[in-house]
Amino acid sequence: MIVSVASGKGGTGKTTIAVNLALTLVETESVCLMDCDVEEPNAHLFLKPVLEGSAKVTVPVPIVNEEKCNGCGRCGEICAFNAILPLGKHVLTFPELCHGCGGCTLLCPVGAIREEPLEIGLVEWGHAGSISHIHGKLRIGSPLAPPVVKAVKCHKQNMPEGAISIIDAPPGTSCPVVASVSGSDFCLLVTEPTPFGLHDLTLAVDMVRELQVPFGVVINRAGLGNGGLVDYCNAENIHILAEIPFERRYAACYAKGGRLVEEFPEVKKVFQDLWHAICVTADRV
Amino acid sequence: MKELLVISGKGGTGKTTIVGAFAGLAKDSFPTETTVLADCDVDAADLHLILNPSVRETKEFFGLKRATLDPAKCNNCGACRAVCRFDAIAEHENHIKIEPISCEGCAVCFHICPNQAISMKDVTAGRWFVSDTVYGPLVHAKLGVAEENSGKLVMEVRREARRIAETLGSSLIICDGPPGIGCPVISSMSGVDLALIVTEPTVAGIHDMERLYTLAEGFDVELAVCINKYDLDYEISADIEEFCRKRNIDVAGRVPFDEEVVKALGRGEPIISLGHTGRVSESPAAKAIEQLWAEIFNRLFV
Repeated sequence: MIVSVASGKGGTGKTTIAVNLALTLVETESVCLMDCDVEEPNAHLFLKPVLEGSAKVTVPVPIVNEEKCNGCGRCGEICAFNAILPLGKHVLTFPELCHGCGGCTLLCPVGAIREEPLEIGLVEWGHAGSISHIHGKLRIGSPLAPPVVKAVKCHKQNMPEGAISIIDAPPGTSCPVVASVSGSDFCLLVTEPTPFGLHDLTLAVDMVRELQVPFGVVINRAGLGNGGLVDYCNAENIHILAEIPFERRYAACYAKGGRLVEEFPEVKKVFQDLWHAICVTADRV
Repeated sequence: MKELLVISGKGGTGKTTIVGAFAGLAKDSFPTETTVLADCDVDAADLHLILNPSVRETKEFFGLKRATLDPAKCNNCGACRAVCRFDAIAEHENHIKIEPISCEGCAVCFHICPNQAISMKDVTAGRWFVSDTVYGPLVHAKLGVAEENSGKLVMEVRREARRIAETLGSSLIICDGPPGIGCPVISSMSGVDLALIVTEPTVAGIHDMERLYTLAEGFDVELAVCINKYDLDYEISADIEEFCRKRNIDVAGRVPFDEEVVKALGRGEPIISLGHTGRVSESPAAKAIEQLWAEIFNRLFV
């Protein structure tokens, strides 16, 4: 089973939920935590995994052989990303804009273009106790997060049958989030009871509905502000699966990289109940 | 004309809260002119929730074109499927089908199809707005759900903000940035005069700020840092100060944790707002943000 944790708004507690859910489940299940927030991966700060291996993530970018080039300009016409600019027989390439579609290489009439891998990120894996951990890191300066997200998701190595995968998604609702959440069996949308939290939750709900992934809501920092969150969920018939109250001591624990379920027994109970609620909602009990 | 960008790396550190407060403070600093505001977090824009805008203009945003298949012309040869590198073309019971959500718009299938069964169609990928607020014009956007090209939409928002600022003779554009370090952040950062990094004293806050710093260094952008909720963890706040000192980055502000921030947000207004009665917040966070603004103003204009 794959459970992704997303939010719309940043900083609502996705990583807190993903990490503490993994720590709760690992007592009875085999668990893999995949950090797909490749721009700013944070789960490892709380899990402190021992890394066992890594692999580069690359995108194939064009290299032009100007001796073969006849200056027809076809590559520039077909590139949808403005990543290749023919100036007569001199062809400029902009590898950071290239999506690696292979169009220029395939369609060059004289075969003057070949591809070379450009490193855009890294996937690393290891274990934190019994939790398998995989995360991606976008190379700083590279704009393209989705290929790194996909590489993380492809890398479920050595995963035992029936293991539960928890995906920590990036904030927002655009392509890196879609790449993270698509294919999940269930999605937890983490929000907070503020107008920002509510507004961005509505965007996230639109996204998971479009992806047709079953979902439920977790309210973090409950009690801090209001903002009509519960009314919205009721009106939209959305299940609120858990509420974690705002407590300064929880915030202080998080700040240090601490694990809520290990320091606060009442929070552990919340996560045990959350898992039960996920299973009921996902119709899997 | 100067462009100030507020960014963070990590989401939820308080970018929009700071920008909202700056909007009112800028009105004090420039009594005779108009500051232009731009929300570059096109993916989950929130600034409009506290600036109470009335939308004056709405424009469609077209991202990349998307492939669409004409089943009448398709003989299901599968050539398109073989060349698509984004798994956007599937085969169901011997029939080719395009998955629009996976299509990146590269058009390779369109070029390769022997029967001209695929066309590339413009798709509305979002909208952007020019609105009036009591603080000045606001350019903001809404990227369609599950869309790509947020970087391109950010560029449109910034271009419009600059155009308005030039027309009005404004001295300042304040941009609310997106989280992360990827494509929309890169689009937000290029060419700004100052990027204010809002961080928080948590292991994630400092980690994400370091990655953002490395990105900004590559862009040769001037930086300043604000530690929001600095009293949440004094030790990590000290680590942030040390990080900044070593790299010669000015820590321009230290804002305490203050429930008044959440209350103001609940009322749908900035922590320092210009109501009909003038300034309405004297909370500890508001005072700290006022000092932060003075530092930033000096950095930009003195």
